[in-house]
Amino acid sequence: MTDARAAILSRLRATETKAPPPLQDFQILESRGWSAEEKLQRLRQQMEAVHTEFLDARGQDWPTAVQNWLSQEKLPGLIYGPKSTLGAKLSSQWNNSVPLIPYDRAMEQWKAELFAFEGAGITATRGAIAQTGSLILFTGADEPRTLSLVPPVHIALLNVGKIRDTWRQVMQEQAWVNNMPTNLLLISGPSKTADIEQTLAYGVHGPKRLLVVLTDED
Amino acid sequence: MDTADFQDSARTALGDPQLRSNFRRAMDGLMAKRAAMFPDRDEWTRLRSLGAAVRARSLLNLPHLLEKLEERLTANGIHVHWAETVDQGNAIFKEILAQHDAKHVVKGKSMVSEEMHLNHALEEVGIEIIEADLGEYIIQLDHETPSHIIMPAIHKNKEQIARLFSQKIKDAAYTEDVDHLTGMARQVLRKKFANADAGVSGVNVAVAETGTLVLVENEGNGRMCTTVPKLHIAVMGIEKVVERLEEVPPILQLLTRSATGQPITTYVNMISSPRKADEKDGPEEIHLVLLDNGRSRVYSDPELRNTLRCIRCGACMNHCPVYTRVGGHAYPGVYPGPIGKILTPQILGLDVAGDLPHGSSLCNACVEVCPVEIPIAALLVRLRREAVGNGAKALKSAIPPKGAGQHRSRVESWVWWGWALAYRVPWIYRLTGLMLSRFGGLMPATIPLLKEWTSVRSKPRFASRTLHEMASSQEVPND
Amino acid sequence: MDNTAGKVRPHTVYFFGTCVVDLFFPGAGMAGINLLKEQGLKVIFPQGQSCCGQPAFNSGYMDEARSVAWAQVKLFPKDYPVILPSGSCAGMMKKHYPSLFRGTPQQAKAEDFSGRVYELTQFLVDILDIKLKDLGTPTKVTWHPSCHSQREMGVLDQPKSLLRQLANVEYVELPRERECCGFGGTFAVRQPEISAAMVTDKIDAVASTKADTVISGDCGCLLNIGGALEKAQQAARPKHIAEFLWERTHGHS
Repeated sequence: MTDARAAILSRLRATETKAPPPLQDFQILESRGWSAEEKLQRLRQQMEAVHTEFLDARGQDWPTAVQNWLSQEKLPGLIYGPKSTLGAKLSSQWNNSVPLIPYDRAMEQWKAELFAFEGAGITATRGAIAQTGSLILFTGADEPRTLSLVPPVHIALLNVGKIRDTWRQVMQEQAWVNNMPTNLLLISGPSKTADIEQTLAYGVHGPKRLLVVLTDED
Repeated sequence: MDTADFQDSARTALGDPQLRSNFRRAMDGLMAKRAAMFPDRDEWTRLRSLGAAVRARSLLNLPHLLEKLEERLTANGIHVHWAETVDQGNAIFKEILAQHDAKHVVKGKSMVSEEMHLNHALEEVGIEIIEADLGEYIIQLDHETPSHIIMPAIHKNKEQIARLFSQKIKDAAYTEDVDHLTGMARQVLRKKFANADAGVSGVNVAVAETGTLVLVENEGNGRMCTTVPKLHIAVMGIEKVVERLEEVPPILQLLTRSATGQPITTYVNMISSPRKADEKDGPEEIHLVLLDNGRSRVYSDPELRNTLRCIRCGACMNHCPVYTRVGGHAYPGVYPGPIGKILTPQILGLDVAGDLPHGSSLCNACVEVCPVEIPIAALLVRLRREAVGNGAKALKSAIPPKGAGQHRSRVESWVWWGWALAYRVPWIYRLTGLMLSRFGGLMPATIPLLKEWTSVRSKPRFASRTLHEMASSQEVPND
Repeated sequence: MDNTAGKVRPHTVYFFGTCVVDLFFPGAGMAGINLLKEQGLKVIFPQGQSCCGQPAFNSGYMDEARSVAWAQVKLFPKDYPVILPSGSCAGMMKKHYPSLFRGTPQQAKAEDFSGRVYELTQFLVDILDIKLKDLGTPTKVTWHPSCHSQREMGVLDQPKSLLRQLANVEYVELPRERECCGFGGTFAVRQPEISAAMVTDKIDAVASTKADTVISGDCGCLLNIGGALEKAQQAARPKHIAEFLWERTHGHS
């Protein structure tokens, strides 16, 4: 289809104007100067408004807190990425009251099992955005994309020190432009829809529940 | 489709009280949600100027950005295809799917694919294509098209959906419970995701500098379609590219706040490559189809080019008094509401859709809420000019809109010529005024125009004396 | 509202009555003139004036619109503000004349003219800071803001602030007040069914306020809403704000 390409580009070029580009003032998206406490409060407020749950494990041993929560919620297991920092810590401190399942194969090798699984998937985050109420996930070899998508419950670990005011701030601080992973995600709540009479319903295709575990470490 | 169809279908829609109340309620809700997102006028103004500047800048450099995007995507391992027409676009899809022997396809919401009638094209060659967005799934079950670009099934209420599910989904019991209805769709579609050979998606923004496709959604169907099947084919209009990653946050924050009143959607999905060697999921192959379908022609005119700023938020239709009353199905083409009234005539041609720009009272409600400052009302007027052959002649390189001048009628031209004469020459105007004030009341209500006017209004009554006469008799100075 | 900076109170103003006022609501035009005169201004009404050109402009007939527009601009040569009892015609003259005349020899004169255009209530409040004394009997009213007064002229609060100055007038906000009434010039006859649906909803909204009078600053809207109220045999009556203010402050109602 090189002909189509040439035809489209030549039509666009025929009237390309050499006008100076309009000014872009990004000031409105810069840091808001919120305190650490304010950032966390805003994040929680935004995310809780769309049914995100929070588990504050600061100053505690988070793997135990997660394990207790899973038992309490009677969830049948937890899928995790065994090679990540999070995975190493999780497996070393797991007491097996709830089965811990490593995501150690290609998805195709256990797709049916994965889609039938009724427990939770756990992932790390690269921080969060207070203004929009979003978690930042860099998926990849250690933490596959389906880990936060297919299990009905998604548990995300968040170091509260990594919450920033705005999306722009995070993007610049973490130099996304040079580090784009295969799939970068912002997640702001459990899966939802309002397609039927604008009535909100949760858990349409993705996770029905999202639990954010607050920590002060990675 | 002819525009006689717009009037006819509008008339039908106006006579359907259920449809009207479904739309009224939905649009009232969406307007309130958007308003809650922009409580601070100054912030709205500044964010909006930034959004407009981002889109204007992208369009200014469009050919360059498309080449850069292609180069970066290719370097990232994503295949890029170009389609001038809908038929070319569909042919590309069929070819890629045939190469992979893909028979079962799942699709995330994409208006460009609606523009291509992709489902129809694929079904013709025996490929099953399932709409995975809940709203799209609902209308696909009922063999309908979207009535809104963001909320495709907004014309239906839950009773109608309950009935549809109980008839079309195997073993489904009738329920009006929204959670249960959603649960039914989840069950059906999860199986489809797991077993699909390919996933199709649209693109909200493509980033040239990083070679990234950005998609926003709430349900997770977009992520499913772009993650689970081994093959992902994305499709976008050529206008949706931005140069830099930093231009994404303003566009998406304007988009989600304007569309559904959310600070951001549940998922922002940024895809920059197919599955890498050490990765355990994600498609092994990604293709991007860039569709022109008349956009480069729109681009050629510096004023009409602003149509291509659109980020498809739907705020213009949510705030449109005409759309609110007739709904999306009354409009020809796939884009309803104010954006459709400027886009459709340019894509389909003014010869077939030239009356569409007249389907507006020019109230400017759309202009007020457009997050990228598209001068919709001015473009409606411009297209009205083009339709009657009074187009702009300033720019030689501009290709006139398709079908320009086709609506010119000699009678209408004479009417306006006569009007201009009467209103330009004071004595003719004053004489006309005098005659109307004395004898205007004798006009029968059955003459054209007056007949339409008096359908729900009494006959307008001319005053017995004009303002000119009153001012003169009260000695208001003339200069 | 960019031309209200400075708030220099002029001694003389021009009045552009508009063609709809001229033929259907001349009383509103005279009331506007008299309100301005009462503020101590000299008001000039050039007798050669007719129409702002909007009907042709919106129908796609630019040359015709421009010839009529130029015939008006020529009648208002001096550096006086031009006051219109219509947000829509004011919007045409203020916002659209500059583009209509762009690249023509008349451009500079047209732009100068546009810079002097005001909608009446905008001028009364922002420039004259008018103070009103209500002499009327108690009544209930609602206000319909025209689309172009709100969105092209930026006039939204000025007329309401005038109504609030009137002690015996109870102002009730119209539900969905910002929504178009369905007039839209040629729209009302080119899309009669849609326009009818819009004005029907509008008079229902008026009825829900139980107002005696629906007031607006645009006679196109009043022709539309008033005609529909009358046909539906509803009690509320349409009135232009200039006429209403004049009557209230002179004990005519």
